Amino acid sequence: MISRRSFIAAGSAATTLAALGFPGMAFAKAATDRRFIFIIQRGAADGLHIVAPTGDPAYAGLRGDFVQDLVAGSKLGSFFTLHPALAETAKMYGDKQALFVHAVASPYRDRSHFDGQNVLETGGSAAYRLRDGWMNRLLGLLPADEAKALALSTTVPMALRGPHDVSSYAQSQLPSATDDLMARVSALYASDQQLHGLWNAAMDTRMKGGDSMQAGGRQNGATIGSLAAKVLSGDGARIAMIETNGWDTHSGQRARLNAQLRNLDQLVAALKAGLGSDWRNTLVVVATEFGRTAKPNGTGGTDHGQASAAMLLGGAVSGGKVVADWPGLSTAALYEGRDLKPTTDLDALIAGALSQHYGLDPARAMTTLFPETRGSAFAQSLITA
Amino acid sequence: MLSSVIALNRFGLGARPGDHPPADPKRWLLQQFDRFEPRPQILARVPSRTVVATQLADYIEEQRMAGQARRRPQMTNAAMPQQQPDAKEIDPVKRYLRQNIRQNYLVMSSARLDSALASDNPFVERLVHFWANHFAVSVDKLPVIGLAGLLEFEAIRPHVLGRFSDMLLAVEQHPAMLVYLDQAQSIGPNSRAGQLVAMRGGRQRGLNENLAREIMELHTIGVRTGYSQADVTEFARALTGWTVGGIGRGPGARMIGNAPAGEFQFAELLHEPGGRKIMGKSYRQNGEAQARAVLTDLAASPATAKHLATKLARHFAGDEPPPALMDRLSKAYLASNGDLPTVYRALIESPEPWAAQPLKFKTPWEWAVSALRAIDATSIPAQAQAGLLKQLGQPTWQPGSPAGWDDIAASWAAPEALVLRVEAAQRIADSVGSSVDARALAEKLYPGSLSDTTRTAIARAESPAEGLALLLVSPEFVRR
Repeated sequence: MISRRSFIAAGSAATTLAALGFPGMAFAKAATDRRFIFIIQRGAADGLHIVAPTGDPAYAGLRGDFVQDLVAGSKLGSFFTLHPALAETAKMYGDKQALFVHAVASPYRDRSHFDGQNVLETGGSAAYRLRDGWMNRLLGLLPADEAKALALSTTVPMALRGPHDVSSYAQSQLPSATDDLMARVSALYASDQQLHGLWNAAMDTRMKGGDSMQAGGRQNGATIGSLAAKVLSGDGARIAMIETNGWDTHSGQRARLNAQLRNLDQLVAALKAGLGSDWRNTLVVVATEFGRTAKPNGTGGTDHGQASAAMLLGGAVSGGKVVADWPGLSTAALYEGRDLKPTTDLDALIAGALSQHYGLDPARAMTTLFPETRGSAFAQSLITA
Repeated sequence: MLSSVIALNRFGLGARPGDHPPADPKRWLLQQFDRFEPRPQILARVPSRTVVATQLADYIEEQRMAGQARRRPQMTNAAMPQQQPDAKEIDPVKRYLRQNIRQNYLVMSSARLDSALASDNPFVERLVHFWANHFAVSVDKLPVIGLAGLLEFEAIRPHVLGRFSDMLLAVEQHPAMLVYLDQAQSIGPNSRAGQLVAMRGGRQRGLNENLAREIMELHTIGVRTGYSQADVTEFARALTGWTVGGIGRGPGARMIGNAPAGEFQFAELLHEPGGRKIMGKSYRQNGEAQARAVLTDLAASPATAKHLATKLARHFAGDEPPPALMDRLSKAYLASNGDLPTVYRALIESPEPWAAQPLKFKTPWEWAVSALRAIDATSIPAQAQAGLLKQLGQPTWQPGSPAGWDDIAASWAAPEALVLRVEAAQRIADSVGSSVDARALAEKLYPGSLSDTTRTAIARAESPAEGLALLLVSPEFVRR
């Protein structure tokens, strides 16, 4: 297995293999055993279909046949229902290791993925205002033993970039083209006679040959989760970022989101299983750049919106609850008459969770991680003492 | 496409984010003639010809000795069962030498790519690639692996802005070509060496027509231009004695002479004596001068002018080259006595290569170079670039035949090839991550020339990396 991994050092100083804590190598134990993992959902995940506000009187009317998916979901109290594909996550909720926050959003109020992800990752108040990421700045607040971070991808994502050294780690044989890219290339070539014909021929061959892109292109959540757990259960990296793609469900959302969520559920379950006793000290934050329209569009999907849902998972989480200042789904309550209105600040949530997780001063965490965001870190109890 | 975009992408190797669209595209192309460096700093890493040739000589010697060791027991006592050396056993010396040779290839092919990525004179750089493909050698022949790059660096680059006849001579006297097309071993039947071989009744060795034929068919006048098999054989006789110093170390090597390893050597002992008659013309010169005179005449032939004009027109103006352009380039060639910049100027001044619609489907090499220039990559690890080009179907200096790579869409625009390009685009884009905003980059690379379809597809991508991958495989980007 080890020979199949590739390590890429980022930042000015190269990170050695030793710093990542290969099994079998001995290192001094760190002061605490806290772990933190940020899972980004790139593409804008539909919080209204993941942590569904089935108790809202307007929900069923707005969502049409989407609500059928939720019949088999897990009840989170009387108001919210968790999508049934998140079965393992639901168990964590039952064990008080999962907490959901709804109607949450970053300070970004437009609808571009690029800009939205930049705000989510830099922690700025607008796109491209900050040049480093909030996860990198977090490293500056932690003791050296714990300030070791890793990106589970070939390059270091924006959230982890900055002056502190970060490693990146990817399997050398990652699936090369995602289903999503393949689908978009099909659309891009639709009006080009030559490329359209070539592309269709290639796709036909692939389907017949059984080299289905479904299998080849899909991210394997369980594999990535186990990989992350393996790295994080050593004495090396304590902080990791995992990127998930494919949340941009403009069409066929029911099937696509079902697959996306099952994948995410397997990822989280594999993390938990792989971390073993370290899961106790682990905080996982799952968040997306923005949510999607309250009402489905004409192609069985949803378009870019505003607020979504975030998840805090892990043994360190004071879970078993949904935190939301629920804005409602009536037309008047929607942001610009179409999107779930943001009522909770994602920056404050992250700063609050991390300050409690690491015992940091909440005000200092807020100004360091999100220097442009007004307001204070979440004071509500998110992490077990 | 605006003419500035055409200059950067069709004539050049693809725009980089920092490139300003030239205000005067024709002038921008012409000015590159003054700035072009035949041997840029990037090529300093390339091992010298002596080093490469000495390694090759060691390898050949090792192989010869192994061959002798295998043969010897059978000759001494054929009746006795002998312990045969296991042919499959890997000789460590041989393996080490093979690795050296392979390493030379990696260094050279990566120097080629990096030079293309860094170049501010991408039009001339493209012409270097064009001529290297015209005078193709292929590294699937072991002795060529370490030499192919040197052919481009030593024989093409210094003459890309000179006369065709000089480039032709430099190529045909280069060790890579002499070895690739078997000229180095060709022996005139009536030469002193030939007579010695005949007297000893040794193994069948003699005249080899390979280089002579390909010079006529591929390098100069072109196939079906009126030469006969007798002309090829006569030319092959004239070429005998053209060989490479220091590569062979066996007894025959002494006959070749004492030129340093890898240097062109005219070996009088191998040369077929007497005058030659080729395509109706007599060549009475002695020695090396004889084949040189043939090359000079071939370079000056109207058939060569037409052949080269056709290939250049196809490269810049479409798979079906416009006859008017071919005619203009051919005339420029003949009127200037094969002065290449004169031909290039005629190309630049012609309307056909400036057609607004894309005229060419990029080859994998062209696509890879332009994609890497688009993300401002300046240096790619040697293994990675070799892997990328191999995956895309165009490993550097390995066209598999002396005809070189095809320069038409039909050879490259294939279904699976397109998928491979999409996969490569995704990997290239992933390597950049979110640091590039593909929306802004697309407008920068294709100012005033970007289709709404592509613009929308990029803007709707779910991540910056996906947007960049879509730009790199967009209809604009896979063509030029």
